[in-house]
Amino acid sequence: MRLTIPEQEIMQPGHLACQGCGGSLAMRYALKVFGKDAILTLPACCWSVIDGPFPYTAVGVPLFHTAFETAAIMASGIKAGLDIQGKTSTNVIAWAGDGGTFDIGMAALSGSAERNDDILYICYDNEAYMNTGIQRSSATPHGAWTTTTPVKHYKRGRKKNIVEIMVAHRVPYTATASVGYPEDFIKKLKKAKETRGFKFLHVLAPCPTGWKSDPKYTVKLAKLAVQTNVFPIYEVEDGIRYRQTIRVKERKPITEYFKYQGRFKHLKEEEVEFIQKRVDEDYEILLRKLS
Amino acid sequence: MKKTMLGNYAASWGAQLSRVQVISAYPITPQTLIVEKLSEIVADGKLDAKFIKVESEHSAMSGCIGASATGVRAYTATSAQGLALMHEMLHWAALARLPIVMTNVNRAMAPGWSIWADQNDSLSQRDTGWMQIYASSSQDILDSTILAYKVSEKLLLPTFITFDAFFLSHTLEVVDMPPIEDIDKFLPPYNPEYKLDVNDPRSFGALTSEEHYYEFRYKMQKAMEDAIPVIKEAGRGYEKLTGRYYDLIHPYRCEDADLVLVTSGTIAETTNVAVDELRKEGKKVGNLKIRIIRPYPKEDVLRIIQKCKKIAVIDRNISCGYHGIFAQELKSALYNEKEIPVWGYIIGLGGRDVKIEDIKDIADETLKNDTPKDLIWKGVKL
Repeated sequence: MRLTIPEQEIMQPGHLACQGCGGSLAMRYALKVFGKDAILTLPACCWSVIDGPFPYTAVGVPLFHTAFETAAIMASGIKAGLDIQGKTSTNVIAWAGDGGTFDIGMAALSGSAERNDDILYICYDNEAYMNTGIQRSSATPHGAWTTTTPVKHYKRGRKKNIVEIMVAHRVPYTATASVGYPEDFIKKLKKAKETRGFKFLHVLAPCPTGWKSDPKYTVKLAKLAVQTNVFPIYEVEDGIRYRQTIRVKERKPITEYFKYQGRFKHLKEEEVEFIQKRVDEDYEILLRKLS
Repeated sequence: MKKTMLGNYAASWGAQLSRVQVISAYPITPQTLIVEKLSEIVADGKLDAKFIKVESEHSAMSGCIGASATGVRAYTATSAQGLALMHEMLHWAALARLPIVMTNVNRAMAPGWSIWADQNDSLSQRDTGWMQIYASSSQDILDSTILAYKVSEKLLLPTFITFDAFFLSHTLEVVDMPPIEDIDKFLPPYNPEYKLDVNDPRSFGALTSEEHYYEFRYKMQKAMEDAIPVIKEAGRGYEKLTGRYYDLIHPYRCEDADLVLVTSGTIAETTNVAVDELRKEGKKVGNLKIRIIRPYPKEDVLRIIQKCKKIAVIDRNISCGYHGIFAQELKSALYNEKEIPVWGYIIGLGGRDVKIEDIKDIADETLKNDTPKDLIWKGVKL
């Protein structure tokens, strides 16, 4: 089999990620595709630390750190600055966690999407505010423990459907990806690189610290999320053409995904059943869009 | 070329003459005309710029920051609640050392909803690390915009020009527009040493421990201190070009004054007229207009007031729980240096009209009394 993952490494060793960090894996893959002709902007998120303290940096491309709610508009501003100088080939990438995307950064994200600014927004989703010590975000799934949703009143309610929100903007390209399926992720990064206008990639990036999982299971969990239909892998062009890029032949039960994570271990059997029902329901809804 | 224009349009033309390259803005009354005019100028191809029509003022400033970090000249305009919403990013622009220039139309903060003149919006931003210019005429607005880029780009500090809502923003005045060829010579293209450049990858604004952060602040303070001679030098250069000189302060008939009135914004223009009338009445009164509050022109202020017997500061703002902010600044400049009694007057908040008679009353009241008072409200109707 021919490997599709580019050999070049733009991201450098010496970064400050925790062991088994899905977010650092995601960045490594993304930079392999974009190479040197890219500029990154990061709001407050794990990556503000992972990149390394002043005067060090691990990413190998220009990087502008910005405030929590500004990833998208900062990328739009950088893009406008480059365009007026005729530097139109450079890819501008906003790289934000789920808190900066689903919550505080939503207004700026929606603004850049509505204007169809020619930027790529990548949300690496670890399903909570991991950098500040595991507090719930609107990306935290139903049933999960976090420090602000302790086991006595764990998170109840759905994870915000960020992909559908972006699809509703009718942007040229929206897709989900997982660090458990790097070939698929790389393909989508390449597609985003070739697409003009606003692109949004939602990447599941397990966090051993916050998920209470063994660092060695990061890739396993990233795969299980897909194999259980918790995190289906698909893409949407122009907000209308849905296409599943990884098909799950035989869905695994959600218990298979939960058993490697401490954050769900307090759940009673009926609660797990309820979550399973919801996952199945949500997947049915997605299937109808795929047809 | 002389043209009659609204104060707001003077800001738009100032940005155009400065050849701004990225505009990132959101509409807010009474600033709206500035961005409307710039939209036209850009759409008509009279200015080669990108205009990002953002979804909030927080994003307006963020867009300017992103653009400025790539090494281009960035501009925005706002007012009151919009400026307050930007507050976080004002700190960001200053600490990132990006020479963004902004126009702020001074408007009262809500509630109650007010769209009229009041300086509490801009003065709330005093400690963000921005230079602050208080313009008092449309000519001042246009010229200050060009001068702000000149100074900001030399020091790598952002500047905003602020002026009174409606009294200036929506008032027609004759403005001399310098030829763009002259401004091009005065204000060459911005080309910073450090910028987002794929051929020279660097990280900007990274996690910074106590080992380095302290020195960043120290360098900002040094840049503010350096700004005083830089502003004067830019003012002299501009005078050669246009015949108009701008300094940090503009004293009027202060040389032999017993009483110096300290003013800013449009009240400074009203005060000049009042001073002439007071002089006719034989009262030795002068007017010290503070044009720039950050950096604070301490040495210049002390030089002007050194011989006067009394000072009355006229504030269109209030730091609730204390008193007027220009009065506070002036008293802090005097401390350890001069013992001159200071009276602090509050007037015209929320756009209440300030007449020549009001200024004369303030002067008479100060001349008559011997016990200084920090906080005297003029014209409160209870």
